[in-house]
Amino acid sequence: MERPLTQHITFPPLEIRQYEAIGGYQAVRKAVRHMQPQEVTALVKESNMKGRGGAGFSTGMKWSFVPMDVPGPKYLVANADEMEPGTFKDRWLLEGNPHQLLEGMIVAAYAIQATEAFVFLRWAYKDAAIAVRKAIAEAYDAGYLGKDILGTGYSLEMHLHTGVGRYMCGEETALLNSLEGKRATPRAKPPFPQISGLFGKPTIVNNVETLSFIPHIVNKGADWFKSLSRSADGGTKIYGVSGRVNKPGAWELPMGITMRELMEEYAGGMKNGFGFRGVLPGGASTDFLIEKHMDITLDFAGVAAAGSRLGTGTMVVLDDQTCPVGFVHNLEHFFAQESCGFCTPCREGLPWTEKLLWAIEQGRGRDEDLALLLRHTEWLGPGNTFCALAPGAMEPLQSALKYFRDDFERHIREHRCPYHDPVPAAPASAHLHHTHHL
Amino acid sequence: MLSMTEKEKIEDEIRQVPIKKAACIEALKIVQEHRRWVSDESIRDVADILDMSPEEVDSVATFYNLIFRQPVGRHIILLCDSISCYVMGLKGIHAELTRLLEIQYGQTTADGRFTLLPNPCLGTCDHAPALMVDNDTYRDLQPSALVDILEKYT
Repeated sequence: MERPLTQHITFPPLEIRQYEAIGGYQAVRKAVRHMQPQEVTALVKESNMKGRGGAGFSTGMKWSFVPMDVPGPKYLVANADEMEPGTFKDRWLLEGNPHQLLEGMIVAAYAIQATEAFVFLRWAYKDAAIAVRKAIAEAYDAGYLGKDILGTGYSLEMHLHTGVGRYMCGEETALLNSLEGKRATPRAKPPFPQISGLFGKPTIVNNVETLSFIPHIVNKGADWFKSLSRSADGGTKIYGVSGRVNKPGAWELPMGITMRELMEEYAGGMKNGFGFRGVLPGGASTDFLIEKHMDITLDFAGVAAAGSRLGTGTMVVLDDQTCPVGFVHNLEHFFAQESCGFCTPCREGLPWTEKLLWAIEQGRGRDEDLALLLRHTEWLGPGNTFCALAPGAMEPLQSALKYFRDDFERHIREHRCPYHDPVPAAPASAHLHHTHHL
Repeated sequence: MLSMTEKEKIEDEIRQVPIKKAACIEALKIVQEHRRWVSDESIRDVADILDMSPEEVDSVATFYNLIFRQPVGRHIILLCDSISCYVMGLKGIHAELTRLLEIQYGQTTADGRFTLLPNPCLGTCDHAPALMVDNDTYRDLQPSALVDILEKYT
């Protein structure tokens, strides 16, 4: 099985000479010397590479929207602000092979004729910052960055920006605001960043995993990329699993393996004493899948057909000893906290959702709360908010209400959490005592 | 008042961006690096150097989780409170940490040694639960490991 993205990951990562020795920067040489920018874009389009950041939009298509005849600066940004709860794939690529990312960025930048490139890295990834900073310096020394790259006349400056912590920075227009030194609130689209992005100039924002794949597509072609996959979505994908499984981790596997293969062969099945109840297939903002979905293929269409999203491809498992209400409360607490507050449904609706869930979890839920939660999934759903944060937040909630409804009802009926507050040894006498006391 | 070093660093950042304001986050980071937090006075100083209003600078400063607008301790503990850590034992880690430090989230120990903050997903979910102290990440935590971790920071 080929693992182009991860086969050269080492800790510490390869230095530039070592990276060159295994074929590194050949894609830059090939692209800037022997290909027209439009040819690079056409190749990536032909490969059918879909963005690995969560939305799954065609990468080549995105690049093709950049106006090529406009003079002045253009920008390329690597979105390395990995902060989707349950997601730990880009960290691996950043810490383990930063030159691969840089090479992908240089090729992508050449394709759109960008003049400057940024790595937007989250604050918490300290080792990645060290690795990327060193790799950028090495790439400048070797002539892959700076003026007149490899004597071709193409020039590119690259910067590392470390963020100061906010989930919204992962949304591409909010990320651009943050790079401009502003609050990370999303921008209205259109205009899309490809036309008017950073400082009002054409800008492409791509995920780390997406960009890290570009050198391999340039070296080996679109057909090779497609052949890596078991499905219509080409390539390999980094899948990850966390939670109460035997071997939590991340693996580069053919796109379109089944959930069962991932859970059993790679994650090693559930830990002894724990049962499987559900899984968020692509981070906190994806709908739960359950046991009956075990044989679906983990590609964009396969997961969508099952009612969820591939998202980041890193899965969080809900086991049978973790309270589903507490689990979803934890997610909604995160989303309520990270809402930028710009639009009303998200600013008001997420804290309301969180409070309802907390009341249910604490045994203070009312019968009508479930209908109210369900209405939130509509009020905060697609089309009613300014960006995708709140609709994403509603995905695990709406599916939890569908698949784990009994648990919600039991919390309300019994005025307690059946998971965190074990059934007393003598519930009847306890109840009597209570009544007597009253 | 900003020190000469802070000023020089901020001016260096201003030179790298097309408009002064765009250096706002970098300027706040520089101030925090030197003073551990960003006071009202520093907000005004940053506003002056960037030709912004203090309110505008503050709106940026207060937006981001890791710009501190209150004094903090010598070491910052960021406890991951997101979903994988929640599943894998956050509750026990939180209980032991608050017991050892005798503070809650958002507070600083009486000796000024630690500030404890919750933090969204640290991106090391296959090794949950996890926390960071300053620049160091600790993974696969057990409550019993916390004493030794804290002892490394004086």
